[in-house]
Amino acid sequence: MKIVVCVKHVPDAAADRTFTEDGSTDRASVDSLLSELDEYAIEQALRIAEADGADTEISYLTVGPDDARDALRKALAMGGDSAIHVSDEGIEGSDAFGTSLVLARAIERHGFDLVLCGMASTDGAMGVVPAMLAERLGVPAVTHVEGLTVDDGTVSGRREGDGATVSVQGTLPAVVSVTDRSGDARYPSFKGIMAAKRKPVETLDLADLGVDPAQVGRSGARSAVDTTARRPPRTKGEIVVDDGAGGAGLAAFLTARKFI
Amino acid sequence: MPEILVLVDHTDGAVHKPTLELLTLARRLGEPSAVFLGPGADSATEVLGRYGAHKVYVVDAPEVGEHLVTPAVDALTQLAGRTGAAALLLPSGPDGKETAARVALRLGSGLITDAVDVVPGPDGPVTEQSVFAATYQVTAHVTRGVPVITVKPNATAPEPAPVTPLVEKQDVAFGPASAAVRVLARTPRERGDRPELTEADIVVSGGRGVNGDFTVIERVADALGAAVGASRAAVDSGWYPHRHQVGQTGAQVSPQLYLAAGISGAIQHRAGMQTSKTIVVVNKDADAPLFELADHGVVGDLFEVLPQLVEEIRRRRS
Ligand SMILES: Cc1cc2nc3c(=O)[nH]c(=O)nc-3n(C[C@H](O)[C@H](O)[C@H](O)COP(=O)(O)OP(=O)(O)OC[C@H]3O[C@@H](n4cnc5c(N)ncnc54)[C@H](O)[C@@H]3O)c2cc1C
Ligand SMILES: Nc1ncnc2c1ncn2[C@@H]1O[C@H](COP(=O)(O)O)[C@@H](O)[C@H]1O
Repeated sequence: MKIVVCVKHVPDAAADRTFTEDGSTDRASVDSLLSELDEYAIEQALRIAEADGADTEISYLTVGPDDARDALRKALAMGGDSAIHVSDEGIEGSDAFGTSLVLARAIERHGFDLVLCGMASTDGAMGVVPAMLAERLGVPAVTHVEGLTVDDGTVSGRREGDGATVSVQGTLPAVVSVTDRSGDARYPSFKGIMAAKRKPVETLDLADLGVDPAQVGRSGARSAVDTTARRPPRTKGEIVVDDGAGGAGLAAFLTARKFI
Repeated sequence: MPEILVLVDHTDGAVHKPTLELLTLARRLGEPSAVFLGPGADSATEVLGRYGAHKVYVVDAPEVGEHLVTPAVDALTQLAGRTGAAALLLPSGPDGKETAARVALRLGSGLITDAVDVVPGPDGPVTEQSVFAATYQVTAHVTRGVPVITVKPNATAPEPAPVTPLVEKQDVAFGPASAAVRVLARTPRERGDRPELTEADIVVSGGRGVNGDFTVIERVADALGAAVGASRAAVDSGWYPHRHQVGQTGAQVSPQLYLAAGISGAIQHRAGMQTSKTIVVVNKDADAPLFELADHGVVGDLFEVLPQLVEEIRRRRS
């Protein structure tokens, strides 16, 4: 089975993230790392491969600037076989439509039985790329699931949807996205980190994929940011040390604010 | 007046509050039409009309319940074409967002997700979003096609504007993709006696500091008529169900009052509650980062502070 795991290199959520003047994420000012939510997708791929034996091949795919390669190295250190890095100046400023187009073309070029994604990227957090990938590839989308099982050409999982928990099943080939409840991700071992250095990473650009530059990047974006503004920092209120009357003091505060 | 399509979020015809918020927002942009998928439209029509739905398009086909997301995509895409709608509003949630994404792709339209406000603008609807763990407010608009927008719960207060809706049954041609993912079993989310987490005016949340028994949190919630929330640490420990998780990978709430007890305030938790109007924190560690957001904080043991709070609420009310 051929598995492609889509992984994104994102600005560290723990850092102070900002925007550039044109309203796109400022990637220069903070460190970036492999999106934590994509580690769950990697973990599922590795577990499937372990259960399946030698027949499973895992490739990682990322679309992003030069340093996105770091995300691929981290993934390869966890396990898997090879990676594809799509990088092109024309991709800068892409929205989910542009990103999903590039990903879809790269996935088609490579071939796949299963595409695994995280539930959302920790920077954009739209959680729509997997659905768009399925739409573009014309295959079933088993998204936002935990309790993932792959067998006999089907893929199933449990999904906490908008108003209900549903158990869903689709046939392969398919696009699957997993939540942070799908199973804890492993840490790369020292051996894994060393082995990752020798695993092949292919670099592709838009021309290699036959993607029209007008469809991606800023020119292909279908929405525009008008303004970005930092929320005014909250003014820290009164912090009292409980001397035996902390609960009563809290009740007085809530009464003053008309919650009681 | 341009027609605005609103996808109705309901359980067997019981319409959820976020839909009424969508109808209220849609009235700013044009004339709302509700798109009702599945059975139960009869019991929903009255409330949809009360909040200003001039039309209710009903698609009651078996495909809707048997398959995931794609039947809604077929329905909305075809209705958008038939009606020439000026915008589509959907609820933000895994189902709403994925439906929106695929509809936008098929229509060649732009998409904005997780809006916390929508107002008319010179080039179509202008949305407001909270990003980067709610540290930034961003306004944006769609530049191509019919804007498709998903809106978070509590974006606005539902306001009635009664009309008698025209109910139209609509036939939809479901494509092969609609049959692709089967729903094997469906367990509707229980709507308990407490308010829904994302819809509540007050949320009382507990974290690892609760140490197993959430009764101490539930008592405060009930005294205040609040919903119960939980940190991921509390959920992962199995102390409370996941649908109560607040944060990046849980619910993002924006209540009038958020009371957090025994929660340290990791960035992923803050991402889900930072925009609450008033924040109250109880934690025995004076250095807990969540105190930085607190309008009122108590450094103390939650097992002493919270029961006293409940007692005092009772005393003040009697
Ligand atoms: C990708 C990703 C997604 C995540 N998504 C979420 C999310 O959606 N929501 C979320 O909450 N977290 C999320 N997290 C986890 C987050 O990083 C924190 O680990 C988590 O929020 C910690 O929960 P906590 O504050 O309850 O626990 P802790 O950080 O352990 O804090 C417990 C607090 O309780 C206090 N305490 C202990 N006993 C008492 C007492 N008797 N009285 C008063 N105070 C007491 C302690 O002083 C401490 O501050 C995510 C993490 C990752 C990596
Ligand atoms: N630039 C990218 N490169 C590779 N995978 C991506 C990229 N953007 C999004 N994805 C995948 O799509 C998932 C959801 O992303 P999003 O829709 O941006 O929240 C992520 O968890 C990744 O698996």
